[in-house]
Amino acid sequence: MTINVAMTVNGKAASGKVEARTLLVQFLREHLGLTGTHVGCDTSQCGACVVHLDGKSIKSCTILAVQAEGGKVTTIEGLAESAEKLHPMQEAFRENHALQCGFCTPGMVMSAIDMVKRHNYQLDEATVRRELEGNLCRCTGYHNIVKAILAAAPAMKSAGV
Amino acid sequence: MTAETGIGARVKRKEDQRFLTGTGRYVDDLPLARATYAYFLRSPHAHAKIKSIDTGAAKAMPGVVEIFTGKDTADAKVGGLICGWVVKGKDGQPHKAPPHPVMALDTVRYVGDTVAMVVANSADEARDAAEAIKVDYEVKPANVDLAKAFDKGTPEVHAEAPGNLIYDWEIGVKADVDAAFAKAAHVTKLDLVNNRLIPNAMEPRAAAAEYDKGTGNYTLWSTSQNPHVLRLILSAFVLGIPEHKLRVIAPDVGGGFGSKIFCYNEETMVTWAASRVGRPIKWTAERAESFMTDAHGRDHVTHAELALDKDGKFLGLKVDTIANMGAYLSTFSTAVPTYLYATLLAGQYTTPVIHANVRAALTHTAPVDAYRGAGRPEATFVIESIVSKAAAELKMDPAELRRKNFIPADAFPYQTPVALQYDSGNYPPIIDEAMKMADYKGFESRRAEAKSRGKLRGIGFSSYIEACGLGPSRVIGQLGGGVGQWESAQIKFNPTGNVQILTGAHSHGQSHETTFAQLVSDKLGVPIENVEVVHGDTATTPFGMGSYGSRSLAVGGSAIMKAADKVIAKGKKIAAHLMEADVADVVFEQGTFKVAGTDKNVPLGAAVFAAYVPHNYPLEELEPGMDENAFYDPSNFVYPAGTQICEVEVDPETGVVEVVNHTAVDDFGNIINPMIVEGQVHGGIVQGVGQALMENAVYDKETGQLVSGSYMDYTMPRADDVPSFKLGNKVTPCPHNPLGVKGCGEAGAIAAPAAVMNAVHDALAPLGVTHVPMPATPQTVWQAIHGGK
Amino acid sequence: MYDFAYHRPKTMAEATAALKGKPEARPMSGGMTLIPTLKQRLAKPSDVVDLNGIKELAGIKVDGSGVTVGAMTRHADVASSADVKGAIPALADLAGHIGDPAVRNRGTMGGSVANNDPAADYPAAVLGLDATVTTTSRTIKADDFFKGLFETALEDGELITSITFPKAEKAGYMKFPNPASRYAMVGVFVAKTAGGVRVAVTGAGPCVFRVKAMEDALARNFSADAIKDIKVPADGLNSDIHGSAEYRAHLVTVMARRAVDQANK
Repeated sequence: MTINVAMTVNGKAASGKVEARTLLVQFLREHLGLTGTHVGCDTSQCGACVVHLDGKSIKSCTILAVQAEGGKVTTIEGLAESAEKLHPMQEAFRENHALQCGFCTPGMVMSAIDMVKRHNYQLDEATVRRELEGNLCRCTGYHNIVKAILAAAPAMKSAGV
Repeated sequence: MTAETGIGARVKRKEDQRFLTGTGRYVDDLPLARATYAYFLRSPHAHAKIKSIDTGAAKAMPGVVEIFTGKDTADAKVGGLICGWVVKGKDGQPHKAPPHPVMALDTVRYVGDTVAMVVANSADEARDAAEAIKVDYEVKPANVDLAKAFDKGTPEVHAEAPGNLIYDWEIGVKADVDAAFAKAAHVTKLDLVNNRLIPNAMEPRAAAAEYDKGTGNYTLWSTSQNPHVLRLILSAFVLGIPEHKLRVIAPDVGGGFGSKIFCYNEETMVTWAASRVGRPIKWTAERAESFMTDAHGRDHVTHAELALDKDGKFLGLKVDTIANMGAYLSTFSTAVPTYLYATLLAGQYTTPVIHANVRAALTHTAPVDAYRGAGRPEATFVIESIVSKAAAELKMDPAELRRKNFIPADAFPYQTPVALQYDSGNYPPIIDEAMKMADYKGFESRRAEAKSRGKLRGIGFSSYIEACGLGPSRVIGQLGGGVGQWESAQIKFNPTGNVQILTGAHSHGQSHETTFAQLVSDKLGVPIENVEVVHGDTATTPFGMGSYGSRSLAVGGSAIMKAADKVIAKGKKIAAHLMEADVADVVFEQGTFKVAGTDKNVPLGAAVFAAYVPHNYPLEELEPGMDENAFYDPSNFVYPAGTQICEVEVDPETGVVEVVNHTAVDDFGNIINPMIVEGQVHGGIVQGVGQALMENAVYDKETGQLVSGSYMDYTMPRADDVPSFKLGNKVTPCPHNPLGVKGCGEAGAIAAPAAVMNAVHDALAPLGVTHVPMPATPQTVWQAIHGGK
Repeated sequence: MYDFAYHRPKTMAEATAALKGKPEARPMSGGMTLIPTLKQRLAKPSDVVDLNGIKELAGIKVDGSGVTVGAMTRHADVASSADVKGAIPALADLAGHIGDPAVRNRGTMGGSVANNDPAADYPAAVLGLDATVTTTSRTIKADDFFKGLFETALEDGELITSITFPKAEKAGYMKFPNPASRYAMVGVFVAKTAGGVRVAVTGAGPCVFRVKAMEDALARNFSADAIKDIKVPADGLNSDIHGSAEYRAHLVTVMARRAVDQANK
């Protein structure tokens, strides 16, 4: 079954013809060329595909593209104001060496931003670790990811994002 | 160079911008016009005869372009995959080398073995069609239990390896060890299983290939840690495509940990089929396929005995190991439980005599090969487990027993009884520092406090040594390795003064783009933003051996330093000409050539410009251009060492083990970028903690089905499974490479399992528990407490 | 996954109509189980009827007697609801421990209860609180709802619209997660309501079940000590690489005690 979908992705209108079975992540990667969102598993556990839909973090591998019809999607590509001005979470990841191979990073960053906002910019280490339950990283041992998120929370608050 | 970007500085990574903005380029991200998609039909059985394959209905399915089976590859005379390391057994004969066809011919030998390849216009259509292929299997009994692999009556995996024995290998003199044991005051015995692991790089393996009919050139994009070696294997042994007609590109690669070193069926088939299909072919593994078919790691069954004198000095060690190879020999599989394992059994100790016997077994399971640490974690686990067990039996402090047996600092270079000569090290200050950082003195009060909360607290040590930085080619050759183990580098200046470093190493998380740039920036005085590292493409970089075995900096970095020396030497000649001075009087300081005692100077950039615009240039004696190549072959391995101390709390009611503190103090020689090194250690520790407490590749012993075949059943360490870590370092520079560096990529994973397991044993000792198998999952610990329910 | 016809009804009537007469059609709520199942090609529905467009199904209502949660209410909304936290804090707490944050933003109570995964958390709350499941055609008491492994009293085409939980005097939920999947390997919900004391166990068996002996003991004395020696038989419990039936049986007692402690906090 072929369906037309239309949504807003990173602030721009995006539309296309998809099959009913097309996942949101496939639409982003294959139709829109937004390959920053990754697929690392088939069981909705690794979190490499996390994006924001209408302001909430979701796993884009576990939602059909047609389900995002009319929605506002933000991906890793849509975070930075410019190449020079990254989102405070991206900046904190860089500052704290919170990424190595980079594959889990987009999902980590998207989950982390959602986490900071839900906790009203107030986080402690235990909370960050628990909240990262849905994101796997095989390189960093999480140490620097946790550090980065703790550093980003106040930075996001003062940047008003 | 400035202190902010030079050697020793915490330079932020150059690669981060693209990864943080979603603009990295991994294999699956490549846009390939007119691409087709491959799906591999895999064996659902561990062992079966293929009676027939009917692809008729599948070929008629929508979108199908072509279907290939083993018969097609055999008809086209596609070679089998190779094992590149020949290990000679006790009998002096090379190991048994059963064939490893890229597609199963008449027999499937593990669940996941490739049976057919469907190429279609979309990935979904390829999979739809694969389901329509009819395969008639005659299912046979499988050999899955490693401990029984050699038993009479166990099904054989390959007729070429009778009794499933690949080799029976030994190192050390058994009679000497027996003599030492005869004099022992105490013997500690240990039986252990080193659990099988699945590497789980977060990016699944992927391959895409394209054939250019006009030139006859093939391009393969692969998630490879070593694109040149992959090309060499494909060209020389498997596909027969000449090396100069095959370009292998490993773009951004999302982690490897060993699993992406090897040459696999799928990338081979994608390349081979690209010319037959006439369109690009793409394949990306689903995670389930990664679980089934990425080369697994570890999987040893070991018995070890340590002889001690009455004062606790080690007199001798004997080790008997069965190592699982899986159903086929993967690229470096044979070397892992021999030269990368048994040669490390001296650890940090003066044990005078050691004997190890290793038998490699075939089973109907996925191939087993190098995984982060490769052999060295297994060796460390044996040594550090038995040392801690001996300390417990002798009621000695585990740190004290270790210290008593450490190789003293003045004994280096130190020849071990198992072939290696350690070049440098100083172990006692490392353990001292680790104990201070871990507050070892305060442990008993923490134990008491935990007890008041109903928790059992334990502390465990692991003092590891590794030999890495592979390696001296001559030694590798003597040991049966099929390749050289040097590394290459090219420093290519552009006329405007910026630099490209082309390296044969490959970065898939290790941060070479930053570390290598720091080296050149520091050495040549070029601002780091003007240095670019290029890697991963056989068409643009010099032949390289790739990244594994913590070798990139020690070997690849050394090659870069050699090339930089050549740049300086040539620059000196140019500068001497420009300054009308004698070359012997020219010195190079902070990016500028100077004549000592004068104010004459030529910046490197000016010398480079002169080399490209040689209007005033000694063309009679010097070629124009500034583009220097170097190959570096190390004279020895490097020997990082360290001590980790782990502190756990066990909930005796549930068996849950919580790592509450973990300290690592390492000697990695000189450190180029501490931030990056610490990151490597963090990641390594968590993989080690994962092995100790969580990860376990489990096959059903009857059917050979992979029970832990997804994240639903294979426990990956998550953020809340581990604490933050305390890291320290002590430096003894490596005496034989230009940077004085050792290797840091594997250390964490090598040391951690024993530290954690020793802590678990220490915690449970008050309950009389003396053995907890690894991984110490909640159920396993609970069963150990309750006598194996 | 196999392709299918996709429907996005706006009302329950439309949803029921879309499912009618199509034995291979599947309703989809949060999709957190269905989509992974489809991705692995373990199911081949002819039609997927997406309930996410039905506004009337979402929302939380509280009155004097309890809490009514619309079937399409997301786990995250239950977890953060001041109303739920006020009336039955253990229910909010349970919801906050389902899956991970991204899953909680999509997964729904109705979907979880209708699916009746043996390792799901919500069934323990529904049974432990003696909740009432309201469907498109009737109301079903918790004791009559859960029938077995992935089996419920729901008939073909019958959809859950809401679930009503009575207010609890005391309630607590303690989960021992499967180390790999983080689903409940053993989860115990204990509650003291006007209707009495209940102990419901998920994860341990093929279907959520009650432990009568613990309920009786807790009715007499609502303390962890009262049940410390009560064991459930291992026979019939789930067994896998992470936990044998014996281990699960043991954990039921431990988690039940801890849930009671939690409830008494």
